[in-house]
Amino acid sequence: MSMPFGYVSPEQEMRDKADFARKGIARGRSVVVLQYENGILFVAPNASRALHKISEIYDRIGFAAVGKYNEFEALRLGGIRYADINGYTYDRSDVTARGLANLYAQSLGMVFTESRKPYEVELVVAEVGDTAEGDQIYRLTFDGSVTDEHGFVVMGGVADAVAARLKDRFREGLTLTEALDAALAALTEPGGERPPVSQLEVAVLDRSRDHRKFQRLTGPRLERLLGGAPAGDAATAEPSEQEEGAGGPATAPEGDIDTGSGA
Amino acid sequence: MAAQPGWMSNLFLDTGSTSFTEFVGSYAPGLLPGRLEMTAGGGGGGGVADRIPHATTIVAATFAGGVVMAGDRRATAGNYISQKDMEKVFRTDEYSCMGIAGTASTGIELARLYCVELEHYEKRESRTLSVEGKANRLATMIRGNLPMAMQGMVVVPLFAAYDEDRDSGRIFSYDVGGGPYEQQRYASIGSGSLFARGALKKLYRDGATSDETILACVHALYDAADDDSATGGPDVTRKIWPLVAVIDADGFRRLPDEEVEGFVRQVLDVRMADPDGPTAPLR
Repeated sequence: MSMPFGYVSPEQEMRDKADFARKGIARGRSVVVLQYENGILFVAPNASRALHKISEIYDRIGFAAVGKYNEFEALRLGGIRYADINGYTYDRSDVTARGLANLYAQSLGMVFTESRKPYEVELVVAEVGDTAEGDQIYRLTFDGSVTDEHGFVVMGGVADAVAARLKDRFREGLTLTEALDAALAALTEPGGERPPVSQLEVAVLDRSRDHRKFQRLTGPRLERLLGGAPAGDAATAEPSEQEEGAGGPATAPEGDIDTGSGA
Repeated sequence: MAAQPGWMSNLFLDTGSTSFTEFVGSYAPGLLPGRLEMTAGGGGGGGVADRIPHATTIVAATFAGGVVMAGDRRATAGNYISQKDMEKVFRTDEYSCMGIAGTASTGIELARLYCVELEHYEKRESRTLSVEGKANRLATMIRGNLPMAMQGMVVVPLFAAYDEDRDSGRIFSYDVGGGPYEQQRYASIGSGSLFARGALKKLYRDGATSDETILACVHALYDAADDDSATGGPDVTRKIWPLVAVIDADGFRRLPDEEVEGFVRQVLDVRMADPDGPTAPLR
């Protein structure tokens, strides 16, 4: 029996799709998510202040993504809807990162198998607990697989090299200043220059906050933290969310070729 | 995948509106307050509506750089006091709050929905709505409840917010058809609102501090409870005090019970000597 012209075996098709998605994801800059003593820290080199790679989903849940902006933005918006409607239907405490990760996994998996083009994205869904043991970090890849991570996650760009550098610096119970320093050191290739404050998107899920735990760190506060100020003033510093929206032009979050961390 | 409810299937494809209420309305309309075509007595004010708990008096007053909102704690169903420690002032986001008067259940649901509505917008757009935007949004939601209101399930909110652009507090009131009506200096809603407004008219001072404004609000609630059977006064034996919230540049703060007790004790001391409270100078 002869194969029809243009036949592609399922194995080959999956491999091609996976290669395609991996290439797309590796083009951007890396995003780092790591635990620190008071919660979970998100760090992303991001030249745009308007197009976020890091976002709040719900009271205790944060989101970080790399890859194609329009694709992960759609996932982010869907996630917010999922969280808000579940919290409204039941109770705010009934919205969990696990449920959201499952939903993302299903959606990503379906797109991967059924669409001609898979999503070129990788996501982290993180939930801060009452103690460090209660923290949950889920990493989702373009094909819908989920991994439950502890400590830290690096995705996008040259993730392996960044992860190797972060592994040397990471330990449990880092202060916010130390964790930020470790993340930036990992994101900078050896001998390279650290990205300036204006090119950084940083946020925390801080378990000591009331109501919503997610907070963006921007402007003077971020500069203080990067300058090595004692972490003690972190809890009292002013909220900085009103500074959002004053961002730069609505362009793509970055160029298409990674230049910052080619180790 | 087949087991997923309908609203989930288009979750990532149809991300159109920033309104949570619209989203709920299209995917799960049963969750919205007041959408049941129920038999609330039909036609007039009587029927079921009288037997459903009602929330009563809320007052709000601005001071330099912020706004105070206070509410009594009583809910009534007809002549019966259905709850002594009800909470009817709700934090809606970091810089705003609302109080409700009217049908308690619908009001609570409305407050909960409105809270998610503001947060939903904020998370999607990475910015908070303007104060006018928030006030208008609430008006639309009240208007949505109009059919229920016509059947007796009336709910009317009072909305207060700190306006960062003006560095001042602002107050908006509504009627059953919506609104908003921006109120200058002070406002009140609920069954005891006439008495409370009368009191605030005499006690409100321009340029007062937040503490003085809180004291004026507690006095106003006391006067409302004095003359309106549906408004609860301070319950000294059970230590149930009015609910007082302050919003200023630092955000929303609900005063802890001990702090409110301090203000209530001051009011009670004054009233011990003069049951009608402080008097305004004639000229």
